[in-house]
Amino acid sequence: MKEGVLEKLKILAESAKYDVSCSSSGTVRSGRGKGVGNTVGGVGICHSFAEDGRCISLLKIMLTNHCIYDCAYCINRRSNDVRRATLSVGELVELTMEFYRRNYIEGLFLSSGVVRSPDYTMERLVRVAKDLREAHGFNGYIHLKSIPGASRELVRAAGFYADRLSVNVEIPNEASLRRLAPEKSLESVFQPMRFIRQGVLENQEDRRRLRHVPRFVPAGQSTQMIVGATAETDRDILSLSSALYARPTMRRVYYSGYVSVNTYDDRLPRLKQPPLVRENRLYQADWLLRFYRFRVDEIVDEAHPLLDLELDPKLSWALRHPEFFPLDVNRADYEELLRVPGIGVHSARLIVAARRFGRVDSCQLRRMGVVMKKAQHFLAFRELAVRTVDTLPPESARALFLPARRRKKGEGQLLLDFADE
Amino acid sequence: MNNVFFYDASFEGLLSAVFEAYVQKQFPDELLPEGAAPPLFAGRVFHVATQEERSRRVWAALEKKLSPAALRGLELVWFSAIPGSDLLLFRYIRKAIDAPASVETDFGDPVVLRFAQLCRRVSREVLRLKQFLRFQKAADGTYFAAVEPEYNVLPLAVDHFADRFSDQPWLIYDLRRGYGFYYDLRSVREVVLQDTPLLRSGRLGKGQAAEGEEQWQQLWKTYFKSIAIRERLNPRLHRQNMPVRFWRHLTEKQ
Ligand code: SF4
Repeated sequence: MKEGVLEKLKILAESAKYDVSCSSSGTVRSGRGKGVGNTVGGVGICHSFAEDGRCISLLKIMLTNHCIYDCAYCINRRSNDVRRATLSVGELVELTMEFYRRNYIEGLFLSSGVVRSPDYTMERLVRVAKDLREAHGFNGYIHLKSIPGASRELVRAAGFYADRLSVNVEIPNEASLRRLAPEKSLESVFQPMRFIRQGVLENQEDRRRLRHVPRFVPAGQSTQMIVGATAETDRDILSLSSALYARPTMRRVYYSGYVSVNTYDDRLPRLKQPPLVRENRLYQADWLLRFYRFRVDEIVDEAHPLLDLELDPKLSWALRHPEFFPLDVNRADYEELLRVPGIGVHSARLIVAARRFGRVDSCQLRRMGVVMKKAQHFLAFRELAVRTVDTLPPESARALFLPARRRKKGEGQLLLDFADE
Repeated sequence: MNNVFFYDASFEGLLSAVFEAYVQKQFPDELLPEGAAPPLFAGRVFHVATQEERSRRVWAALEKKLSPAALRGLELVWFSAIPGSDLLLFRYIRKAIDAPASVETDFGDPVVLRFAQLCRRVSREVLRLKQFLRFQKAADGTYFAAVEPEYNVLPLAVDHFADRFSDQPWLIYDLRRGYGFYYDLRSVREVVLQDTPLLRSGRLGKGQAAEGEEQWQQLWKTYFKSIAIRERLNPRLHRQNMPVRFWRHLTEKQ
């Protein structure tokens, strides 16, 4: 490895770290036989956790942090005076291979600032992926950023080497986006998303006819929105998420609490701390959309455009709907069980399975992992002497679930509200 | 009075004990490894001889009664080697044999539920092995990793590594249990090595490591530091996701 790579690695990892997506999920590809690497099913593997607690699954890095654009929220914008670096295709390939062979990573997540033109940049990203796959027999995971403005042909080429492609929305509102990123528009994001989607659909067609056509982005696409840099409400954000999920191939929407990287720019708020609690609530709401069969207008609506920071969105929904409760755990169907605070996907499945063998009582629920402290107020059990939410005035029902006032400072960073909101 | 079964503490032994129990129509309240001190108030005491034929027949019966997932579960719970897990397995197997229909999802039953929970715990440890194992490249080209899992789960993770790293020779060694697996580009075999400083520290010393190894580790450590967002430092979450007991063999934590 040549001199100077250490410095470049440092600069380009620092530049890439605000992109929060990390997952290596969605592809199953066995390795045995040729080359090195495989991808395992389901959720992908986190190999390490950074000191901010986030998963490190892929080598997340930028090819270069030079950029001709000037997006206000981005540390790499052209008007910033930061150290710049560029890794060569060869250096990136070698880093990926050597890290992979030591079981440090599941693969590569490569993004880039825009140099010269979108196509010029995209072409280099594709070269890295191609080199890994074709010259080095690399079977691990590859996630490429699709550069807004890149041509359909290059997106196509990328899709045959990458497991996942992504384009970040960043700001979910046209006017706000234009104000902060004059070179971008929502259409410049939706267009590459469309290229990817069309690529996948056509590929499915081709594969039906010809069995040996390679797969096109088997793990679909993902995107990210920045939270707290602009005035958009949680309702704006989640409505866009829900619309994106409705289209085929969109697998994940990530939410990134805005870190004030460019404090001098007065188009942006100066936050002492990123809005972590709000970000966390958005992930919980997203979870409800994807796994709990909630509709977005059940979570946020005109009267409640912001998520409750003190209570998780499922609990807040339940408290707004006392008429839905109490449920009979032995009768309610799976979807109803999922709506009970304290019952998760895992325990709901256990309950449905166990019921076929006989009645389920509250002790059994506890042993199955149901959080009875919460759930008891939503379930009808004669043996439990607690009041259920339908019999309580709304304010006292809410008071039951509010977190105990601040424990020691610094504890529970993600559990308690933060000063700036 | 308590029934006490002694057996040779092998999986075949356990299956033989099941067979014996059905023959005698006596079921154990306690299972003990041969040679252990008998409890003070033992009722009837049985000494089970491990017989391949018998254990095979019990397994064949289970294959008819249980799904592949549950059979894998038997393996997982066995490898956990948690005190009492053999008796739990015995009871689970007995339930499976006696019930007319599958018992696998009868989570209202304490034995079935406990079995499912142990399976989850052990599979989590298998996953952690896949996550946190780190190879160091030795001078002869072999990739070496030292591990110390909480349960004896290395055998359950070996296939994963063989599939993923099929074009590099590797040696994964469980320092705590004193054995490992070696892959020579053709097949994987179990190995027991002589005690050396390497097997105590788990780290390749100077002269043992391949050229450039040090540098790759340095690059990885640099990356690990740079990728954390300082405004979001969260040591509690960090430790929750990556428990301290793994740090000893994590390159980035050296
Ligand atoms: S185009 Fe990307 S790298 Fe360039 S300034 Fe905008 S967000 Fe940053």
